[in-house]
Amino acid sequence: LHLTVNGEEKTFRIAPGDRLSEVLRREGYFGVKVGCSTGDCGTCTVLLDGEPIVSCLMLAAQAEGREVLTVEGLARGRELHPIQEAFLDEGAVQCGFCTPAMLLAAKALLDRRPDPSEEEIRRALAGTLCRCTGYENPVRAVRKAAERLRGGAR
Amino acid sequence: MSRKHHHIVGKDIRKVDGRQLVTGAPAFTTDFPRPGMLIAKILGSTEAHARIRSIDASAALALPGVHAVLTHENVRGEAAWSERRPDLFPRVAYTRAGQDFVEPSPWDFFLLDSKVRHVGDRVAAVAAESEEVAEEALWKIRVEYEVLPAVFTPEEAMREGAPVVHDEPEILRAADPERNLCASVDVTLRDLDAGFAEADEVVESTYRVQRVQHAQLELHAAVSYLEPDGRLVVVCTTQVPFHTRRQIAQALGIPIGRVRVIKPRLGGGFGGKQEMVLEDICSALTLATGRPVRLELTRHEDMNAVRSRHSMEIRLKSGAKKDGTLTAIEMAALVDAGAYGSHSPTVPTNTGNKNLPRYRCPNVRYRFDAFYTNLPPTGAMRGYGTPQGTFALECHMDEVAERLGLDPVDFRLKATVREGDADELSPHIYEVKKENVPEDERIVWKYASCGLHECLVKGAEAIGWAEKRKAHDAWNAKKPLVRKGIGMAAVSQGSGVAGIDTAGATVKLNEDGSVTLYAGAVDVGTGGDTVLAQIVAETLGIGMEDVTVYASDTDLTPFDSGAYASSTTYVSGGAALRAAEEVRAELLAAAAEMTGWKAEALRLEERHVVGSPGERVPLHDVATFLAYKKKVHVERTVTHVSPVSPPPFGAQFADLEVDTETGQVRVVEFVTAVDAGTILNPKLAEGQVHGAVSMGLGYALTEELLFDSMGRPRNVGFLDYKIFKAAGMPTMKTVFIETYEPSGPFGVKAVAEIPTNGPAPAVGNALHHALGVRLRDLPFTPEKILRAIGRM
Repeated sequence: LHLTVNGEEKTFRIAPGDRLSEVLRREGYFGVKVGCSTGDCGTCTVLLDGEPIVSCLMLAAQAEGREVLTVEGLARGRELHPIQEAFLDEGAVQCGFCTPAMLLAAKALLDRRPDPSEEEIRRALAGTLCRCTGYENPVRAVRKAAERLRGGAR
Repeated sequence: MSRKHHHIVGKDIRKVDGRQLVTGAPAFTTDFPRPGMLIAKILGSTEAHARIRSIDASAALALPGVHAVLTHENVRGEAAWSERRPDLFPRVAYTRAGQDFVEPSPWDFFLLDSKVRHVGDRVAAVAAESEEVAEEALWKIRVEYEVLPAVFTPEEAMREGAPVVHDEPEILRAADPERNLCASVDVTLRDLDAGFAEADEVVESTYRVQRVQHAQLELHAAVSYLEPDGRLVVVCTTQVPFHTRRQIAQALGIPIGRVRVIKPRLGGGFGGKQEMVLEDICSALTLATGRPVRLELTRHEDMNAVRSRHSMEIRLKSGAKKDGTLTAIEMAALVDAGAYGSHSPTVPTNTGNKNLPRYRCPNVRYRFDAFYTNLPPTGAMRGYGTPQGTFALECHMDEVAERLGLDPVDFRLKATVREGDADELSPHIYEVKKENVPEDERIVWKYASCGLHECLVKGAEAIGWAEKRKAHDAWNAKKPLVRKGIGMAAVSQGSGVAGIDTAGATVKLNEDGSVTLYAGAVDVGTGGDTVLAQIVAETLGIGMEDVTVYASDTDLTPFDSGAYASSTTYVSGGAALRAAEEVRAELLAAAAEMTGWKAEALRLEERHVVGSPGERVPLHDVATFLAYKKKVHVERTVTHVSPVSPPPFGAQFADLEVDTETGQVRVVEFVTAVDAGTILNPKLAEGQVHGAVSMGLGYALTEELLFDSMGRPRNVGFLDYKIFKAAGMPTMKTVFIETYEPSGPFGVKAVAEIPTNGPAPAVGNALHHALGVRLRDLPFTPEKILRAIGRM
């Protein structure tokens, strides 16, 4: 399998039936979580050519030649992405299991809509289930991240 | 109580594990594969109640890549486990409930048994080189079941002649297994008959609550392996590492000291991980094969065979005077324990004793009976019996208020407890039976801090209670299709388990004044490590970056009962505080010796030892003096147990709309006013409230585990088991009423469970306001609502 992951060209050995989620985890991208394997919980979310998809419902082979962004690709070295900083500032991370998915969903949203409404933020996060936060602080974090990005952060 | 100016306590400090979590760095149990690791799978029963007449694993064992298949034939005799027969384990009855020894839960479970008691019960376990081979091996195990008649409700279970779920001779501590009675309690304070006779109004109602599940995002998992010397190590998703260690040792017949349990980051627990769900069988496979083994449940298995919240039928009868004084309350719960009795003696206890003592009433009776059924076992879940009782009691109290012609909030202001009142019920029916303590030595459970009234007043203000009651009445009078309602509930919980929850903490000083905190405490995602570090940093006058936390490792950290009963900040924090205080005392004494200044006048501030004006020396220098001049390396360990469990109190309010054509409910706004004592970290505490409310709203409106007539689960997956999503949440407001609890570090109580209690009754009461009908049966599905208003 030849694809780009977090800006780097990668070659992985896969079996035809391998899901993208298990291949990514096997290759060390542990930020991709597996919470259900049926595409219901969203914790396996990655950005495929900029769009959030549930990687447990995608055959790895379908990612041939595509660009994948996982949460590991957000920070620049030690410097966190403004969305990650906002999540930490707003207490939006509790157990952290759904956090990578929320961060990626937020990035996909803010790349498209730099000034989203609350409803748009909630719809963007609706694909990720969270049992810890009640979604409130994550929504506040995305709003804060949007502000900071518009203000020139990063 | 005056609140001192703090530099870290009370601030929105970032979580210590925050960076690890937002970068997706390896952190959780399955992020740490080991060389040579085998994959394990469990074969679950297809029958709800059956004996295994025969089980043949030979075809599975013959499959290339299969290293072990364990069945009940590997679990027999009394001999301890031995390397000479590594696939043989003693047959011992134990519990998997994470509680202090001796667990109150019955010992009614076996590592593998020749009888199955619910669909999904353990039949066999396989370890193989890959998941595909393990799955194939499961299919090749031939099981012949002798199907037995089953019982699926407490009513069925208690009938004369009902099939007996637990007929094994080894069972211990179940109340009356021959009658399927797992546990029961019946306690009376004073004289009910006299109380009812005094009343102007007597109200009776019955409520039903359903099974719901934790639905935490991280699946249960364990990775077990052997050290070169043969010692067993288990990295697992546990809220109770020390109990799990002890129970693994008991189940497998190996010494406790030869087991190490490590909890890494945990992706949510909510009580489902206060249980040794799979660590025993995973470890058994490691002992049998000599190899590292990973066992992870599927979501289907996680939702079915892991614990769920006890479903109950709760009957209430209370008497009150016209002015709102309660004269008698009688509460009785009929409880479904499921197939194994984990937490069934204790969860239903809370149903009564964490609800009834919220009200001033001299004559009280609480009883419950928990019966075994052939459904998956119920167990610990956030609130631990309290949400069930809160739903029943708070809806019932609304009925009482209505009968008396009193506003629901005004009635609570009249009838609920205040600071200085005593909880008389809990000592009576508490987990630890204090029969051996003389009456006059028993601790009186007085409320040293109680902000309930302020919660009621401020919460009502925050949601606009009085205005909305009137406005919605006017709105509804026009009989629109969409009705509006506003309802509330008074709530309380506990802080730790009094006299039982034990926490150990060690604070070790480095020569630059920074410290390492070793805590047995278990951060399940709640931020436990963070608040403990805040407590230590505050006490020593240092920053968060000066505290390194190691937690939840049975080899490296002191004992802690675990993350349950809302104990981390209050009990584990108490241990961390005292250990830090001891280190502080040593530092101040050393500073006095080093400088000649008076020790009593010294304090720690901003990484310095400070005394009278002009007396200021860096902590770094004092710590170096201790380490290298005095050759004293300071390390203080404290074990802390609180004799009391001071309740947090609160009031929760729901403002909603309900569509009378579709039965759909939209909660528009939800307010939580809570007294959790001092708030150590406002953003994290608020996060706990938000999460608890979303869980409580699911309990109220959308969640229920359903089974068919053969006891098979019907909706174990997120598609059909509906939890709240980001788009469906109401606007949430949180008001912290900060009292000061003298028994808690910096005045804290607990906040993690209490907000789960109020949403269901608040919504139920709001629906009554909106529709004029009483729904007494959770969850409030559109179907039930339409039936109640006669539209179906």
